[in-house]
Amino acid sequence: MNIMTEASVEQKLGSGTNEPSIKMKGEKVSVHYGEKRALFDVDLDVRENQVTALIGPSGCGKSTFLRCLNRMNDTISIARVTGKITLDSEDIYDPKIDVVELRARVGMVFQKPNPFPKSIYENVAYGPRIHGLARSKAELDGIVESSLKKAGLFNEVKDRLLESGTGLSGGQQQRLCIARAIAVSPEVILMDEPCSALDPIATARVEELIDELRQNYTIVIVTHSMQQAARVSQRTAMFHLGYLVEEGATDKMFTNPDDKRTQDYITGRFG
Amino acid sequence: MGEHTVASFDEDLAQISKLISDMGDLARLMVSGSTKALLNSDNTLAQRVVSDDAIMDARQRELDDRAITLIAKRQPMANDLRAVVGSIRMAGDLERIGDLAKNIAKRVGTVGLSVTPRDLSHSIDAMAQLVLIQVQGVIEEYAAKDASALAKLRNEDERIDVKYTSVFRELLTYMMEDPRNITACTHLLFCAKNLERIGDHVTNIAENAYYVLTGSQLPANRPKQDETAMSAPAA
Repeated sequence: MNIMTEASVEQKLGSGTNEPSIKMKGEKVSVHYGEKRALFDVDLDVRENQVTALIGPSGCGKSTFLRCLNRMNDTISIARVTGKITLDSEDIYDPKIDVVELRARVGMVFQKPNPFPKSIYENVAYGPRIHGLARSKAELDGIVESSLKKAGLFNEVKDRLLESGTGLSGGQQQRLCIARAIAVSPEVILMDEPCSALDPIATARVEELIDELRQNYTIVIVTHSMQQAARVSQRTAMFHLGYLVEEGATDKMFTNPDDKRTQDYITGRFG
Repeated sequence: MGEHTVASFDEDLAQISKLISDMGDLARLMVSGSTKALLNSDNTLAQRVVSDDAIMDARQRELDDRAITLIAKRQPMANDLRAVVGSIRMAGDLERIGDLAKNIAKRVGTVGLSVTPRDLSHSIDAMAQLVLIQVQGVIEEYAAKDASALAKLRNEDERIDVKYTSVFRELLTYMMEDPRNITACTHLLFCAKNLERIGDHVTNIAENAYYVLTGSQLPANRPKQDETAMSAPAA
């Protein structure tokens, strides 16, 4: 006879006593592009070792918010960010922060695979080299190999590391970009529609990869595919017209959202 | 609820919803027909109920096909997903209600041959009325999207269970009084059990309908009052 104690039942059900800690925190984040306000006072937490999906119709501010998380909006001259964003409780917009170092800690993968026009090896080695993460060629080789392995690409490219990265298929290129992001040992990886240019098989491989990467990294993903958000994420945040409409556990968001706008969007009634 | 950007999605959902409402109407007709046939020894009506069951089965198969196709084609989310999955489950319960009504109808000939059922089946009549109210109610409240009425209706099943217990005892008494009643009473007992089961399926439908409408489940335990199991001699 196997009688479970109440405590062990609770443990089995995984009831939330050990909620993941907050890795990044946005408080009243607003963004203006010139006169136009793109984001309105967004409060959003990104939890450690979880995948947070940002969804919403085009122009809702989800990519804008994502780009705030590693200060990519700094590269747009007319963009102005207000509010506070912290990484491990440290304000990333503090003037003392080294933006290059921040972007190594918070890496990014874009919609269209954008490998450097260099060899596969160089694509991955570039970051660790400029950040001085490897002291010897052997160490750099090790970083390249382990990054390609983590990105699930190593076996496909190990015999042609010196060939151009742009010669790979779209799905392989995207995984190369993920390997490149991983190579500098980031803590957070931002993904802006990483599968929208990939076929279903390549998409499945990237999704599988996202799930594996979650063990070691915190991931924020912007996606237009509702099914993808439902499949890969633990938390989902819904944006609309620059506002954060609703944020919550993905399972609930896709079966029984609280906000009517979320419901209408995910069921295909607008957007 | 607004319309989908893709209009044919709305049409697909509407067809599924129409099938559920058709099956609900048919279930109600079958339950009322079978009990009426039983109480009046009406073999023609009983035959009609038996043949209606084939229509019920066909409707369920059609609903399953449409629901599976819709899920494959549209990947419904949130309330749409709940509506489709809920419909599949409700159709299963409605189909079972049809089977149970058919089973009652099939007994009409046998009961009628042995004894005039009218003397014995008085309590069954009262029980059947309770069941019919439930069947009718669940279809109407779902169509009216009234979740709180569904929650209330689910608890009403207790009255059927109480009635079943009393029918059980009554039939037992008739059998003890006169062994010649045993055949008819046994058939009636099965009929009563079928009615009680129909009540349980209505409860399931109410629970599913509530989930479809609200996204949350009713509490697992509802009042249960079938004491016939307890009156059996201890083994």
